Amino acid sequence: MSHRRQSKRRPRSSGAALPTRTALLFVAPATALFAVLVLYPLATALSYSFFSWRGIVRDSWAGFDNYVALFTQLPYRNDLPRAFWHNLMLFAGAMVFQNTVGLGLAQLLHRLPRFKRLFQTIYTMPYLVSPLVIGYLWSLLLSPLFGSVNAMFKAVGLDSWALPWLGDPKTAIWAIVFINSWQWIGFPVLLYGAAMGGITDDLEEAAALDGASAWQRFTRITFPLLTPAIGTVTVLTFIGAMEAFAIPYAIGGSQGNPAKATDVLSLLFYRTAFQSGSTNSNGISSAVAMLLFLFIFGVAVVMTRLMRRWERRLT
Amino acid sequence: MSKQPRSRWGHRRSWVYVLLWAYAAFAIAPLLVMVLNSLRTTRDMALDPLGLPWPPTGQSYLKAWITASFDTYFVNSIFVTVTSVLLSTVVSLLAAYAFARAKSRFFAALEAIFMSGLMLPVYLAILPIFFLLDSMGLVSSLTGLIAVYAALGIPFSTFILAAFFRSAPVDLEEAARLDGAGPVKIFLYVMLPLVRPAVATVIVFRFVPVWNDFFYPLILIRDASKRTIPVGITSFFGEYQTDYATLFAGLTIATIPLIAIFLVATKQIVTGLTAGMSK
Repeated sequence: MSHRRQSKRRPRSSGAALPTRTALLFVAPATALFAVLVLYPLATALSYSFFSWRGIVRDSWAGFDNYVALFTQLPYRNDLPRAFWHNLMLFAGAMVFQNTVGLGLAQLLHRLPRFKRLFQTIYTMPYLVSPLVIGYLWSLLLSPLFGSVNAMFKAVGLDSWALPWLGDPKTAIWAIVFINSWQWIGFPVLLYGAAMGGITDDLEEAAALDGASAWQRFTRITFPLLTPAIGTVTVLTFIGAMEAFAIPYAIGGSQGNPAKATDVLSLLFYRTAFQSGSTNSNGISSAVAMLLFLFIFGVAVVMTRLMRRWERRLT
Repeated sequence: MSKQPRSRWGHRRSWVYVLLWAYAAFAIAPLLVMVLNSLRTTRDMALDPLGLPWPPTGQSYLKAWITASFDTYFVNSIFVTVTSVLLSTVVSLLAAYAFARAKSRFFAALEAIFMSGLMLPVYLAILPIFFLLDSMGLVSSLTGLIAVYAALGIPFSTFILAAFFRSAPVDLEEAARLDGAGPVKIFLYVMLPLVRPAVATVIVFRFVPVWNDFFYPLILIRDASKRTIPVGITSFFGEYQTDYATLFAGLTIATIPLIAIFLVATKQIVTGLTAGMSK
């Protein structure tokens, strides 16, 4: 929050320039580490996808063959669209949950005289726990035999809800959508709360004096002023949903059990790279990685651009 | 801000609290059940899934800690997390200071490249990372894992720290320079104390994802004695499938350091989370 104000002071720093040579020394360690372990591998991964491989030996130039194979060969032809669809479900589910329940909680917390920090802490806790732990925890909670969830449903008379949620291909992905949204929601609540804190009280007070109801004040003042925050959260939710790996892995394993009903793109990538047994696994899996990479990065950049344009129009 | 007239709001306060507590229960219940069930026996859970741990038993912890090697995993996790977070914080501090104070297009471009790392799905480059570490003999070594995590931490750490360095007044540096202090001295004795709160945020906030990560060790660590907790859990869930009490204890062990750090450093976590807002 605070850097927005701080960055305006930037011109003041012009007085204390660091000599270029010293500055180069200062950035050298970070640059070396980042270049070797982030930039170089990313660039290489792209090149991998244009070659055919024999095990770990790079064979011949393959052009777009690996990409074509993804859309024409089995199992990729079937797995890719299904996994992609599941990622989209994760994104959509999280969006719906955080912009209804999450937004509502943030609004209720805003100006809460007491316990605000406590509630924020509690809501954010699941978000900080490892997604892998969360996935395994819910697989235990939802277990048909010992699981607390079904025991609870039975205890309150909802026997028909006591289903093998994770064992049935029809419900398993919905359970994961729910678990993912449940874990993630603390983050939007915090961010929406921070954005609400930035809205001056005068506006709302003036509207209240003019007789606007709480609902009108929310829809006409708070919500429009929240669009930048909602935009930021949407981009991050998108990235998180597309990269989802640990929760589906904990629940459905690397095969996306049952019957690939919980498969997602990162699992497909992992399986293709490390478990497919195909000699060209490096080529094909790198093609999956690049498509996913371009999609995540491309959409994130476009969304950020659109957001900025929209914000400018609002102000 | 909190001293607002809330006459219209006051009489609705009770149902507001009811809703907030209801969601709090929903958010925390699974984690509570995890802790409670870790203190019960599997037999007890089978008989009464909703029962309370009375009398509580620590048997499952003993089993997870010793028989299931959580002692090794825990030590590895602590070592990897602490070392990599410190390494990335130190290199990011240096770089961030240069970004904040150097005036040249080159550094602006370099900073932009670093910042792009905030959005890049770097994990998709795991194959080249694997081959690279393999060529250096660093597969299945904690050193390799530490280097990867340190590199991954650079974008976020530089982002936060550069913003703080920029907001620090330059007068102090000028005074120190006039007194004859060199850039290194100024950095160590003048600037570092100023950005201490930001350093705390960066350390706490990077601790969480590194502690939680399981993707990199899943692929980069082949040797069971080098596993970190998350990847240890995956094999543990295969071996102890029906031993529910031990599974719950393992999950709790993996979570305790996070809860501890969260309770001690809520402020830093909230700052780190909301920092994304100004991106």
